[in-house]
Amino acid sequence: MGRPMQVARYWRHFKEKYRMVGTKCKECGEIYFPPRQVCPKCGSREMEDVQLSGKGKVLSWTIVRNPPSGFEYFRPYPLALIELEEGPIVLAQLTDVDENQIDFGMEVEMVTRKIREFEGDGLILYGYKFRPPIKP
Amino acid sequence: MGKLLKPNKEVGIVGYGAYVPMYRIKAEEIGRVWGVNSFPIQEKSVNNLDEDAITIGIEAARNALKRAQIDPKEIRALWFGTESKPYAVKPSATVIAEAIGATPDLDAADFEFACKAGTEALQASIGFVGSGMAKYAMAIGADTSQGRPGDHLEFTASAGGAAYIVGEKDSETLAYFEGSYSYVTDTPDFWRRQHEHYPRHGNRFTGEPAYFHQIISAAKGLMEELNYSPSDFDYAVFHQPNVKFPLTVAKILGIPKEKVLPGLLSGIIGNTYSGATLVGISAVLDIAKPGDRILWVSFGSGAGSDAFSLVVQDAIEEKRDLAPKTMDYVNRKKYIDYALYAKHRSKYIL
Ligand SMILES: [Zn+2]
Repeated sequence: MGRPMQVARYWRHFKEKYRMVGTKCKECGEIYFPPRQVCPKCGSREMEDVQLSGKGKVLSWTIVRNPPSGFEYFRPYPLALIELEEGPIVLAQLTDVDENQIDFGMEVEMVTRKIREFEGDGLILYGYKFRPPIKP
Repeated sequence: MGKLLKPNKEVGIVGYGAYVPMYRIKAEEIGRVWGVNSFPIQEKSVNNLDEDAITIGIEAARNALKRAQIDPKEIRALWFGTESKPYAVKPSATVIAEAIGATPDLDAADFEFACKAGTEALQASIGFVGSGMAKYAMAIGADTSQGRPGDHLEFTASAGGAAYIVGEKDSETLAYFEGSYSYVTDTPDFWRRQHEHYPRHGNRFTGEPAYFHQIISAAKGLMEELNYSPSDFDYAVFHQPNVKFPLTVAKILGIPKEKVLPGLLSGIIGNTYSGATLVGISAVLDIAKPGDRILWVSFGSGAGSDAFSLVVQDAIEEKRDLAPKTMDYVNRKKYIDYALYAKHRSKYIL
C-alpha cells in the first residue's frame, strides 16, 4: 500500500470517513451520505456539507468470516446496514458488540476506529463503525 | 521569580472527556499463563482490535467537546501525549484534529515523555491560552501500552485516555488552574530504544529515585509555592502504575486515602500511561462539588512530574452530564482470556 495514487484516493475521503460529514440539498432538504454533488431527488447542484449525528438503527446484518484482504486480523466481525437518524442508509462494521447481542432495530452510535491496516509499513485507515450507545 | 508556572491570564478547563476500552483481562488470567500468583492490580483494560491510541484520543476529544459546547474550529492547538503512537513517523494529533473537525487552522503535535506526555501537553495548553495566543487549546493523553509478555509490566500496561480543553477562566469554566509546577531530572528508570517492541526498566530503580522522588518533589514544590498544605485539597490524583505507589505517596504527604480513592482507577483498569492521571482527574470531575480543590501530579519515567492545583467551579454541575462519565466506561466491560488478549494486542502474526 505504498502507491501514491491509492493514498490520494483514501485521503480525499478522510472527512466523510472520520466523522461522517454528508451533504444536504439546499433545494429540497434531502440529506445524503456518502456526500453527493447533485441531488438525485430534485436534480439541484446546490449542496452543502452537513455533520451527521452518527445515531442510527440496525436494519440487517451478517457476520463476516472470510473477509477481503486487509481485514483478516479482524475476523469474525459483524457488518450491518444502518439507517441513520437523518435518513441515509450506510453499510458499516459493528464493533464492541457480541454477535448474540445484535438485533433488528438495535440502536447504535458512530465511533471512529481502525478500518484496515496494510502490511507493517503501510497506511492505517480510520473510519466510522457503529456500536451500542453509551449513555447519555 | 518563583518556581510556580502561572500564565498572565487565568485559565481553566472548559471541557473534559475520558475513554476506556471495554475489554478486560484479569490479573489472575495473566498469572495463570506465566505461573505468577500475586498481582499489583485486579484487572486491566484491553483495546479492541480496531482501537489504538489515536481512536482512544478521538473519543475522549469528542466527549470533551460535548461538555465544552464550543465550535471545534476555535481550537488553535491540539497536543497529543502518547508513548504508543501508531506511526513512528507521522503525527497522530492531525488524525484526531481531522476527526473532531478542528482542521485546518490550528497547531497539532505529538508530545512524548513516557507517562507524563499528557500533562506535558496540558502545561503547553495552559501557556498557549494563558499568554493570549489562543482562545482554546486541547491536551490529550492516551495509550495502548505494551509490556513484554511475562514481565511484571504486562499485569498493568493497559489502554485508555482523556482529553482537556483549556480556555480563559470565566463563568463557563468547569475548573480553573491556580498554578502548576514541573520537576524533572535525568533518571533512567524505564526506556525503549528505537525499533524495539517492548520497553526495558531498571527494576527496583523505578521506585525510590524515580517515581517517589519526582512525584513528592513536585507535589511539595507546588504546595510550597501556593502556600497550601495537604489539608487544603479535597482530592488528590497521582500517577498510578499500580495501586500501592499512589497510596504510598498519599501516606508520605499526609493525604488521607479517601481523597485519593475516587481518582485511583488503576486497580480496575490498569496503568493507562499517558492517560493515567488524566482519566483519574476526569473521574474526580465527574463527582466533585463547586469549590473543591484538586491536587494533580503526574509522573513520567526518564523522569519528571507535573503538578497542578485545580479549583472546581459552578459550571461543572450542568456540564458534567453532557457526555458519558468515566465510570460509564469503566463499568462497561467484557472479560477476555489470554489467547484473545494476545490477539487484541496484535501478538499473532498471520
Ligand atoms: Zn434536492
